[in-house]
Amino acid sequence: MSSDLVDRVTQSKDISRNKKKLDGVGQFWLVFRYIALTILFVIAALPIYIMVVNSVKGITGVTQSAAFLPPSHLNFGAWGPTWKVLREPMQRTLFFVLQSSIISAIVGSINGFVFAKWKFKGSTFIFTLFLFGMFIPYQAIMIPLTQFNHWAGIGGTIYVLVVAHVIYGIPICTLIFRNYYAAIPNELIEAARVDGAGMVRIFRTIILPLSIPGFVVVLIWQFTSAWNDFLFAIFLTGGSPKLAVATTALNFITGSGNQVYYGNNMTASLIVSIPTLLVYMFLGRYFLRGLLSGSLKG
Amino acid sequence: MALTLSRKKRISSPWGGFFFVLPSIIAVAVFVYGMIGWTLKFSLSNRTNAWSKDNSFAGLKNFTGLLEDPEFTHAFGNLMKFTVVFMFGTLLSGLIMSLLLEKGIRGEGFFRSIYLYPMAISFIAMGTSWRWLMDSARDDKGTGLNHLFHMAHLNFLQNDWYSSEKASMYAMALPAIWQMSGYVMALFLAGFRGIPDDLREAARVDGATEFKIYRHILFPQLKPTFLTVLIILGHISMKVFDLIYGIATKSYVTKVLAIYMWQVIFDFQNYAKGSAIAMVILVIIAVVVIPYLIYVNKTEEMK
Repeated sequence: MSSDLVDRVTQSKDISRNKKKLDGVGQFWLVFRYIALTILFVIAALPIYIMVVNSVKGITGVTQSAAFLPPSHLNFGAWGPTWKVLREPMQRTLFFVLQSSIISAIVGSINGFVFAKWKFKGSTFIFTLFLFGMFIPYQAIMIPLTQFNHWAGIGGTIYVLVVAHVIYGIPICTLIFRNYYAAIPNELIEAARVDGAGMVRIFRTIILPLSIPGFVVVLIWQFTSAWNDFLFAIFLTGGSPKLAVATTALNFITGSGNQVYYGNNMTASLIVSIPTLLVYMFLGRYFLRGLLSGSLKG
Repeated sequence: MALTLSRKKRISSPWGGFFFVLPSIIAVAVFVYGMIGWTLKFSLSNRTNAWSKDNSFAGLKNFTGLLEDPEFTHAFGNLMKFTVVFMFGTLLSGLIMSLLLEKGIRGEGFFRSIYLYPMAISFIAMGTSWRWLMDSARDDKGTGLNHLFHMAHLNFLQNDWYSSEKASMYAMALPAIWQMSGYVMALFLAGFRGIPDDLREAARVDGATEFKIYRHILFPQLKPTFLTVLIILGHISMKVFDLIYGIATKSYVTKVLAIYMWQVIFDFQNYAKGSAIAMVILVIIAVVVIPYLIYVNKTEEMK
C-alpha cells in the first residue's frame, strides 16, 4: 500500500488544532521544536550551501577562510571550463540512464502485476528470491559480470551499464510496482475475468492505464540511482575516459591531485548534481514514494 | 466453441503469470544467484594474480588467508566502528526529526524536503563538500568545520576528522548520517501517522503524560518500522563504498571491506582474494537479511 504510505508521510495533521490557544508549556514546546528544526535545517543544508556559494566565486576566487561566506559579486568563471569537461560524460550518462530506466520500468510493471494480481504457485517464494537481489553487495557479482560483458561482446561500450542497471534494478522495480498494484481492487480484475478477458488483455486495458504514477516513481528512482551510481560505473568501465559517466568524470576532476582547486571542484560537483536535484525538486513526492516502497514493509 | 473455451482456459490459467515473469526469473537466476556462485568459485580458487588463469580448487585457503592479513582485519574493524556509529546516529537523528514533525507543524513540508534531499545526490559530488568541511588543517590555516570552530573560539572542538588515526571512522560516519537521516525520518513519519489517533486520545483521557504515551503506546507500535530501519541501515553500511571513496579514496585510515576489495581486484589483480572479501560481505548481509525476508514473507502470506 505504498500510495497510502506517502499520503501518511505528507499529510500534515490538522494544523488548525495547533491554533487553539496554547498554554505556557505548549508555547515553550512549539518554540523548542522550531529551534531544533532550524538547527537540523542548517546542518542538512550546509554541504549544498557551500557548493553553491563557492561555485560562483571563479576558479581562483575561493579563499579557504571565506568559503563559508557568499561571494561579494557573482563570478561564473568556473562554470565554462568545468562544463566543457563534463558535457560529454553527462550526455553519455543521460543516454544510458534514460534507456535503462525505461526498460526497468516496463519490466518492473509486468513483474509487479504478476506478483500482485496474477500469482501462481510458488510466486511468493520467487518474489522473495528476487528481493534478496536488492540486498546483495554488488562486489559479489562484479567479476563474473565483467566476464559476461566480454563474452556478450558489449565490453568497452556504454551498454554494460544499461544491462547492469536493468538487471540489478529488477528487484526494486518489481517491488515498487507490486506494492503499487496491490492497492488496485481485486474486484476490478475479477469482473474482467468473468467477462472473458485474459491476462494480457487485463494488463493492457485495466492495469496499464492506472499505472502512470507507478511509472513515474520507478523512472525517477532508476534515473536517480543510475545517475548517482559510482560502483558499477568504475568497475565496469574500468575508469576508461572513453566511457566516463557523470560520477566517474567528476571523480577524475576532484580526485586526489586536484583537491586544492575548490572553486573548480565545487562547481563540477554542483553541475553533476543538478539533474537529480531538479528531479527531486519537481517530483519529490514520487521520489519519496519510491523510497518508502523500497522499504518492503507497509 | 470448444476451441475458444480451451484458449480462454489456457490464458487465464495462473501459469500465464509464470511465463510473463520468466525472463526476469532467468535474469535473476543467472545474474544474481549464478554470479554469486561464480564468485564463490573464484574465492575458492588459486587465481591470485593477473597472469594466472589457474582456476584450480584451493579450498578455504583464501579465507583463512584473510584472517592473517592485517589489512583485512584493519578494514573489518573500521567497518564495524563505522557501522555502530552510523546506525546509531542515523536512527537517532531520523527519529528526532520525525518526533519534531509528527504532530504537524507549520512549514513541515519545507523541513521535510530539506532533510530528504541528500538522498538525491551522489556521494562523489557531496564528497567534495564534506572533504572540505572535514579538512584537518587547524587554527589560522583551518578550513571547513575547524575554521568555523576556531572563529567561534571553540578550539577544543577542532580535530583531524577522517584523517585522524583513531577516530577516522567516526568522522566518516557523519556524512553517512547526514545522507540517510531524512530517509529514516520518512519511514518513522509513515509509522507514526499509521497509528490511529484514538489510541493517543484514549491515553490522554486516562491521564497519561505525553512521555508515557510515546513510551508505552506509540513506540511499541513502531517495532516493525524499527526493524525495517535497522535492516536498511545495516546492509547499506556493510556495502559502503562511494561515500568513503568520494571523500578519502583509498586512504588507509578509512579503509573498509568494499574499498579493500576494490584495491585487491584492480591494483593487485588478485581475483581469488577479492572474491573472498566479497563473499565475506555477502555472508554478513545474508545472515541478517534472509531471516528478515522469511519473516516478511510469512507476514505477507497471513494477509
